[in-house]
Amino acid sequence: MTKPQSPPETEEQSPVARIRATGLTKRYVMRTVLRGVDLEVDAGEAVVLFGANGAGKTTLLRVLSTLTRPQKGSLEINGLDSEAEAITVRGQLGVLAHQPYVYDSLTARENLQFFSRMFEVPDADDRIQRVLGDVELLERADDQVGTFSRGMLQRIALARSILHRPSILLFDEPDTGLDVASVKVLERILNEHCADGGALLMTTHDLEFGIRVASRVLVMDGGRIALDRDANEIVPAEVESIMGAPGA
Amino acid sequence: MSPDGRFGGSATGKILAIGTGVTMLIAIYMMFLYAPQDTMQGPVQRVFYLHLPLAWIAYLAFFIVFVASIAYLIKRNRRWDQLARSSAEVGLVFTTLVIITGSIWGRPIWGTFWEWDARLTTTLILWFIYLGYFMVRAYVSDQERAMRYAAVVGIIGFIDVPIIHMSVRWWRTLHPEPIVTQSGGPAMPDSMLYTLGVSLVAFTLFFGYLVYQKLLIEQAKDQVADHNLAVADREADEAREHSAKGATA
Amino acid sequence: MRNLDKILAIVWKDLLTEVRSRELVVGMLVFAMLTIVTFNFAFDLTGIERAPSGAGALWVAFIFASLLGLGRAVAMERDKGSFDGLLLVPVDRGMIYLGKLLGNVIFISAVQLVTIPVFGALFDLPVYQPMLFLILFLGTLGIAGLGTLFSIMAASTRAREVMLPVLLFPLALPVVISTVRATTLVLTDRTEALMQWINLLAAFDVIFLTISFLVFDRVVED
Repeated sequence: MTKPQSPPETEEQSPVARIRATGLTKRYVMRTVLRGVDLEVDAGEAVVLFGANGAGKTTLLRVLSTLTRPQKGSLEINGLDSEAEAITVRGQLGVLAHQPYVYDSLTARENLQFFSRMFEVPDADDRIQRVLGDVELLERADDQVGTFSRGMLQRIALARSILHRPSILLFDEPDTGLDVASVKVLERILNEHCADGGALLMTTHDLEFGIRVASRVLVMDGGRIALDRDANEIVPAEVESIMGAPGA
Repeated sequence: MSPDGRFGGSATGKILAIGTGVTMLIAIYMMFLYAPQDTMQGPVQRVFYLHLPLAWIAYLAFFIVFVASIAYLIKRNRRWDQLARSSAEVGLVFTTLVIITGSIWGRPIWGTFWEWDARLTTTLILWFIYLGYFMVRAYVSDQERAMRYAAVVGIIGFIDVPIIHMSVRWWRTLHPEPIVTQSGGPAMPDSMLYTLGVSLVAFTLFFGYLVYQKLLIEQAKDQVADHNLAVADREADEAREHSAKGATA
Repeated sequence: MRNLDKILAIVWKDLLTEVRSRELVVGMLVFAMLTIVTFNFAFDLTGIERAPSGAGALWVAFIFASLLGLGRAVAMERDKGSFDGLLLVPVDRGMIYLGKLLGNVIFISAVQLVTIPVFGALFDLPVYQPMLFLILFLGTLGIAGLGTLFSIMAASTRAREVMLPVLLFPLALPVVISTVRATTLVLTDRTEALMQWINLLAAFDVIFLTISFLVFDRVVED
């Protein structure tokens, strides 16, 4: 391991939950969306990513989730190279994106059954019952997802993303469409995940919610990470100024 | 002319250009003056010295597309795609010429411009496949995705050629219609073979020259795109800094 | 074995979706029937040329119906973003291709099973022959094999409805030729040259399924 970028921490190499990205660059035709992003997220950390629209948050999460391939840079998930060992890596990631990634004509339970087969979840039935309870969808478990409201869709998507007990959660605006009670559910799930030694990287537009969940805060601007700070030391105004004060 | 304005650009370009010019002149002389008049077909048979080399080179072009496409999908290096698209473009032009020269030849011999003969049909389908190759490129917004999709079409398209040819030939022979024999009578006299050989060399060099020039153009295009991207990124940065100053002020 | 279970899970999911929504097969079926009826006006179907014309009409109907179904199947999956959900799953992406392919083969075959008896009755041709069903299967596998790949490619192009036929028609031409010829031979009970066509069809299927399987990962990445 001769990475010049990595800090001189020596008690590393634990196989548990960590993201290690260096120099991630993603170019599209009209602009460069990621411009050399270095990022480390360790076990137990809850990293919240802020940034204006177009700052590159969603692209960063897509790259980390192996959906989008960067032109440059390297990405290790739990010590595995994300490209050479993509299949194993995918099994350790829980991804929640803008689309819920569920099938309208299947019921909530059938959707989870499908994904538990794809992720080889042991004791699938118990686990499905459990996560449906976690996201408070047990009463609607056997209804087709197409009949769900936006908030319920977001909760079934949440259930799908944690179904296979991933060690790393990559959540893109998980709080959108959720009512106050559901945000509480989400927050509890996130806290438990990190308390169990999992890692979390999440974006949100809700500054207050984000800072409440975070142990560390990142702010992206123009495809780079512009601010990286411990959550205790964060000043909301500073985040807002980088994001461009709305209405200013 | 290469982008820097010099004829032929580099040594490679010069050699190809001069070689093409010299052999092409010899080939034209041989086609029209050296090769004997075909006893059965008359002067129109001379189109054969254009038609056959064009057809062979078209296949060569698509073979290069095939190899470069595989290399691109494995290596993901843009240079392979530049080669593939350069060769495909020249190949498509040559295929068009094959069809046109074939029709010119076919009109007096067969009595029609078009005959659903195995070779003609295969060539026509080939033309459509590589038209699709360029349509895919045109209709995909993301450059890298366009390159990957085109590579897939380039690979499948080339492997398809022998299968199409075989299926069309069987289909034809099984059809209750007379089969048109293509070659101009029995074994060719040596002078015709020499003419064909020189013409083939001339067209191969010509093809090499065209692909080489096209490659320079495609490389330049990609460099321009890179440059534009860098400029757009810098402008975005400046605009952001500007607005940040405005916000703090 | 694990991969097999995942392929079957994808097929199960697609079949269940289709059984509930009926968005694909019914539309394809009506379309195939209409095509066959329309061909009735284009060709003279009383004379000796009934078998070749009928075989042509049948396959044109199946290919158009397949285009419709393949395009629709991907559009449904892409619109809801669930294709990305599938790509996040820990499995070789070639298996996703095989799962989607198998689903498409089942859908097209379902359309064929209903269309064939109607076709046989309308054209007065002997359709109940095991060889015909082998040809149907091999032809469907070939069309769906390239079609599954190209429909996913076409879905992320502009003008997606145009791109699928533009790619599929010329490249799948050997399937069209050999299935139409083989079908004609079966329907006219001339079996001498039949194996030649069936072999060509089988060879085509093997070659193009293999290539599609191998390049699929590069097609779906972003």
